[in-house]
Amino acid sequence: MRELEKTFQVPIGPVHPALKEPIRFTFQVEGERIVGVDIKPGFAHRGIEFMGTKRNLIQVLYLSERICGICSISHPIALTQAVENAAGIEVPPRAQYIRVIVSELERIHSHLLWAGVAAHELGFDTLLHLTWKVREKVMDILEEITGNRVDYAIPIFGGVRRDITPEQYPQVQDMLRYYRGLFEELAERFLRDASVEARTRDVGVLTPEEAEALSAVGPTARASGLRKDVRQDWPYLVYGDLGIKAITPEDYGTETRGDVYDRVIVRLLEVAQSMDIIERCLEDMPAGEITSIPKVPALLAQLKKAEGEGIGRHEAPRGEVIHYIRLEAGKEEPVVWKVKAPTYSNLMSWVPMFRDQEIADIPIIAASIDPCMCCMDRVHLVRAGRDELVWKEKLLALSREKTKRIQSRVTASGPRVTALSPRSADHGGEA
Amino acid sequence: MKLTSFKRALWVFHVSTGSCNGCDIEIVAALTPRYDVERFGIRLVGTPRHADVLLVTGTVTRPMAERLRRIYEQTPDPKAVVVVGGCGATSGVFYESYNVLGPVDEIVPVDVYVPGCPPRPEAIIDGVVKAVAKLEKLAAGEPV
Repeated sequence: MRELEKTFQVPIGPVHPALKEPIRFTFQVEGERIVGVDIKPGFAHRGIEFMGTKRNLIQVLYLSERICGICSISHPIALTQAVENAAGIEVPPRAQYIRVIVSELERIHSHLLWAGVAAHELGFDTLLHLTWKVREKVMDILEEITGNRVDYAIPIFGGVRRDITPEQYPQVQDMLRYYRGLFEELAERFLRDASVEARTRDVGVLTPEEAEALSAVGPTARASGLRKDVRQDWPYLVYGDLGIKAITPEDYGTETRGDVYDRVIVRLLEVAQSMDIIERCLEDMPAGEITSIPKVPALLAQLKKAEGEGIGRHEAPRGEVIHYIRLEAGKEEPVVWKVKAPTYSNLMSWVPMFRDQEIADIPIIAASIDPCMCCMDRVHLVRAGRDELVWKEKLLALSREKTKRIQSRVTASGPRVTALSPRSADHGGEA
Repeated sequence: MKLTSFKRALWVFHVSTGSCNGCDIEIVAALTPRYDVERFGIRLVGTPRHADVLLVTGTVTRPMAERLRRIYEQTPDPKAVVVVGGCGATSGVFYESYNVLGPVDEIVPVDVYVPGCPPRPEAIIDGVVKAVAKLEKLAAGEPV
């Protein structure tokens, strides 16, 4: 029997593998079959918690935003809640609604981003470009509301920094109409395309028991059938009034299998759910103050007097993020700051997902928990002691070959292929 | 320099040395239909050995410094290095840490800095165009 070992570098996020941090996989493979995987994260560790304990809390807020550029409101929302709990600061209702609206906008952009990356990993670059093209609409709205496409700097302790003006309401509603009109098409391309289904059905399976045992969070857990969502289980901000229900593949009308296809279903349905939440928030949002302590020096003075500890949790697009903070009176900086990012919880679910899968499925399975794969990943194969480097291109080529192979099969066996798929396959084949 | 003076397609390799992903997603946004730099022949490649330009994002963490140096050496001459974002240019908000070595230009020579947190896709495209100008001067044997 031939035994292969390979090391695979995927750039994912900072502090804890929130996102784009260079990460190393070591796969044990037998022929095309993966028998085991070892994961070594930590390349992008910047010591953010350590830096945070040397700065005042407002500087820490900006630092928390830069833990991750894709969840760039999730970390500040969790941190502000932790500090507000510790210091006993109230948040006006309007500010709570604005926080919810921006975090749901972020969920839409993040899930669309993921869908595009997933399509790319399958070799469907046409679909990548289609999803990223429609994603620009929500980026425009984020820029309109917050002033920046990424890193919005919206929450501050005690409220938010910018209001949503009446002139902006129609723009947001226009965006909702745009996405509602597109939703059927996206569902058609992702969920009813025979090739996508063939590449994702029963691939990278995570059973509910495994998801439970490994403490998976977010869409990864929900796709395995666990109805687990911080917004539903421990409501915060105004989520309690909005009646959020965790989404599982059953809501789409299919049985839960816990595979990559189910993760696509959950994320697409969550885009629709976020649109409903935003619409509801725009209707319900009361007028009033957007922050309880508008002056920053007064805020800093109050935070300096605060003593105690607090926890803030938020359902980020990738799952639950938790911030813990301990404040001491007379100190501007936190004594302890601890961050638990969602990918940290989801990382180990890769181990059962990769078991008994093919090498060509590595990109889509790795991407399926949404760790935000980047372009630096490479694979290191050791075959009978001989080193052989395999770059991401090679992996992608393998993935594309498999799509083509499967496509000829599904095209021959049934009429379910949509007009898009033959074109995408050509596109994938050229590159 | 005008874009019409492009003499050849430009292949770009993207390295994240400890970035927060903000710049990285804006790089992808520059490649996709709204901005679509691929129409000028600019595309991301999977290995530095095929690249003309290195796009580096993020402050440099301790384990990534050696890898960045190695990637720089693997990129064939003539090459240009473009740093995208404030962290790569100055280390930004990441200072006083045990695991951050500093900005990219302390590890490898840098030709173009694109400031911003993160820079807009237009700014990233502008940075790459400046890198093209340098590469074409190098190819023509002119002083840079």
